[in-house]
Amino acid sequence: MQAEAKQTDQEVKHAEHSEFVSFTVAGQAFCLKITQIREIRRWSPVTILPHAPADVLGVMNLRGAVIPIYDLSARFGLQQTEASERNVVIVVSVHGKPVGLLAESVSEIISINPDDIQDTPPVDSRNTMEYIQGIISHDDTMVRIINLDAVISAPEQVMP
Amino acid sequence: MSGSIQDTFFEECEELLEATDEGLTAIEGGDHDPETVNAIFRAVHSIKGGAGAFGLDDLVAFAHRFETVFDEVRAGRMELDGKLIQLLLRSSDQLSALVEVARDGGEIDEAHNDTLLAALDEYIPEEEEDLTFEPMGLGAPAPVADLGIVPEAPAEPQEETYRIRFQPLKEMYGTGNEPFFLFQALKDMGDLTVKLDENELPGFDAMDMSESYLAWDITLVTKDSRSMVEAVFEFVEGLCELSIDGEGDAEAEANALAALDAMFSTPDAPPAPPAADAAEGEAPAVPFEPPVPAPEPEAKPAPAEEKASAPKAESGKQEQRGGPKPTLRVELERVDRLINAVGELIINHSMLAQQIANLDVSDTRDVETELEGFKNLARDIQEGVMAIRAQPVKPLFQRMARIVREASAATGKTCKLVNVGENTEVDKTVIERLSDPLTHILRNAVDHGVEKPEDREAAGKSKVGEIQLSASHRSGSVCIEIKDDGAGVNRPRVKQIAIEKGLIPENAELTDGEIDNLLFAPGFSTAKEVSNLSGRGVGMDVVKNAVTGLGGRINISSTPGKGSTFTIILPLTLAVMDGMVVSVADQTMVVPITSIVETMRGSDDMINSLGADGTLLSIRGNFVPICDVAGSLGLYRESDQQAGVYLLVETETGQRCALAVDDIHDQRQVVIKSLDGVCGEIAGVAAATILGDGKIAMILDPESIIAASPTAAAFDTERRMSNAS
Repeated sequence: MQAEAKQTDQEVKHAEHSEFVSFTVAGQAFCLKITQIREIRRWSPVTILPHAPADVLGVMNLRGAVIPIYDLSARFGLQQTEASERNVVIVVSVHGKPVGLLAESVSEIISINPDDIQDTPPVDSRNTMEYIQGIISHDDTMVRIINLDAVISAPEQVMP
Repeated sequence: MSGSIQDTFFEECEELLEATDEGLTAIEGGDHDPETVNAIFRAVHSIKGGAGAFGLDDLVAFAHRFETVFDEVRAGRMELDGKLIQLLLRSSDQLSALVEVARDGGEIDEAHNDTLLAALDEYIPEEEEDLTFEPMGLGAPAPVADLGIVPEAPAEPQEETYRIRFQPLKEMYGTGNEPFFLFQALKDMGDLTVKLDENELPGFDAMDMSESYLAWDITLVTKDSRSMVEAVFEFVEGLCELSIDGEGDAEAEANALAALDAMFSTPDAPPAPPAADAAEGEAPAVPFEPPVPAPEPEAKPAPAEEKASAPKAESGKQEQRGGPKPTLRVELERVDRLINAVGELIINHSMLAQQIANLDVSDTRDVETELEGFKNLARDIQEGVMAIRAQPVKPLFQRMARIVREASAATGKTCKLVNVGENTEVDKTVIERLSDPLTHILRNAVDHGVEKPEDREAAGKSKVGEIQLSASHRSGSVCIEIKDDGAGVNRPRVKQIAIEKGLIPENAELTDGEIDNLLFAPGFSTAKEVSNLSGRGVGMDVVKNAVTGLGGRINISSTPGKGSTFTIILPLTLAVMDGMVVSVADQTMVVPITSIVETMRGSDDMINSLGADGTLLSIRGNFVPICDVAGSLGLYRESDQQAGVYLLVETETGQRCALAVDDIHDQRQVVIKSLDGVCGEIAGVAAATILGDGKIAMILDPESIIAASPTAAAFDTERRMSNAS
């Protein structure tokens, strides 16, 4: 997982300016590369999966496909999001499968020079180190770049 | 182009072969309906015709022999006895094999082919002449002339006088055409008189050397058809002014139609030469089929009008049966796209409805009526599309009958395959991928399972081994069973072989079930010598892998002397299922209807406590443990609603249990969406489905819900213990 994260890191650095979509989760600013995002939808109630962990909200119908929805906030170890219509579901493709991520709101599209990406400073949380692949400063706020592959591991490991 | 036509031919062949098989099986089962014989004859004949068009000589030769024998049967000159039926069944198999070879390449088993041909020949009367088939170029637009040539037309065609006016344009000379050669060609066809019309020729001074002034009036008396005459002028078409008048042309056309009629109705009427002409031009739309230059009258399926007028009784009968329904072949992917699109359409509808409800408009009645219509239409579309994807297993099972016949012939045993639940609908992909494992199991069943006839007699069984192939839906899965009445698994031998091959240690203590399952171990094969049939170095482990690949599981159970049963349980990936839509703790869920015995609304006096938290439902004096679905799934009710509706279900082991749910809404067909890859296995949930409102609902697995429920599971254990004591 660590090696994989580094590789993605490299890719990001070698690229020219890349566009990222920034959004907020539990009041913190995060972003994902725009190419990783398939679509952004407004939150609508999902179907609960029995025996699911707290960060798995349930499943949703995306044009006939059943896709799981994760609460990013709970995934990052922050408080659980009280999902409402103001929230958004960011549909991304991980491991070749569509997955929905619940975020508070989408902010804007930002253009990032790869050289501006700073490595995640070591903090006392293993999860954070894994999930965040780098940070950048944008309009005087810190935006965290999410390492998608680490956040959404292979489905087997998600369920107990 | 020819490639796609050929594909169409092979696809048609498959259907025709299926029809042949079905017919022969019906006859074997005692069906003496002449129409069945006719249907087979037509099917084989169509195969022959198509094969002729593609120059598939082996196929043509075989189909012809087959057809000839059948013609004898049809004409009532031959009795369909058991021996002949067996031969015909085997021939039909060979026909399938030949079609496969023609399609996929490969080797024809010449010896087998010749044996069958020889056997068929014995039934063919001496005078029957061998036919040769002219392969026709289908790839290029067939020249009209070709269609006109009807080989060996038995009747002498009538002589016909054509008056032709032929006036070349100057372009004709420009392209190097020469009238003389045309006249020569016409002369070859019959009695020719050519008269030059030089009226338009101007005086020598006024003449332009590059212009064309000459015209000819030609009178031709010939036996050849009009199209043949036209064909002569084919290369100068558009380069000349041409008119061809047949003597009494109208009469000729009438003759042609009459001939066509005769062709389709009475078997002995010779096809008159103008028939092809008529079919080309005026005949009512003949369904696309490679043109068959066949002397037999049934060359083409008769167009509706002709059939109606046909004097034979067969037409009426065919209509009664409804005949084969017209079908359309569609790429699977397109259907899937449609399914998804319809799902979205329904979501879209519910969103629209929501928006309208939110609008600040006083009178929305009109809109709501229209919206309701929209909803119903969307539902119709959805149901229709879903029905496309699911298909009955019948064709697959029919193919399996052929496998059993082949295997029986190769081993010298007699077996018959009994199919049960042919109409069970299974997803198309599953059907396709089931073919190989089923083939393997059936071959094994014949080769290893069913004993030799003499052994069977000694054991007091009927000489004919019976293999039952059945399909059914069982608690959200498809269950395919292959059951033979053979000797069962020879456990001591299986164990011994497993030890010899080092699959298990020598001192292993195994239960009977464990020994049976050794059959699925990689590299296991019990055949004493490697027979031609099964045991090609691959064993049942391949079958197991194939089934596991489909997300299913396979089991074997066996009783010595009585036979073995293979049970394949497959998930219903995308298969259709009847489900009861219920609500549990504010969630909508679906319970497979197959597992529900009855439903009832419970009242307090029906519920009895047992121990600290066990509850039993009393149903007509019987006590059944209650299993709260919400509790079992770990869901909590937010509202005060109580689980007041009970679904009485029966598990595979015969245990009964009452599933407590909040309410029952509906009973409907749902399409199963696998949760594989979405999340891991969830206890109590078999799969998911998308409901009409676009919401996802879990499809419950009663078995595992009961297993997860402390009450019911405990009760089961208690009861078993009490039964034991």
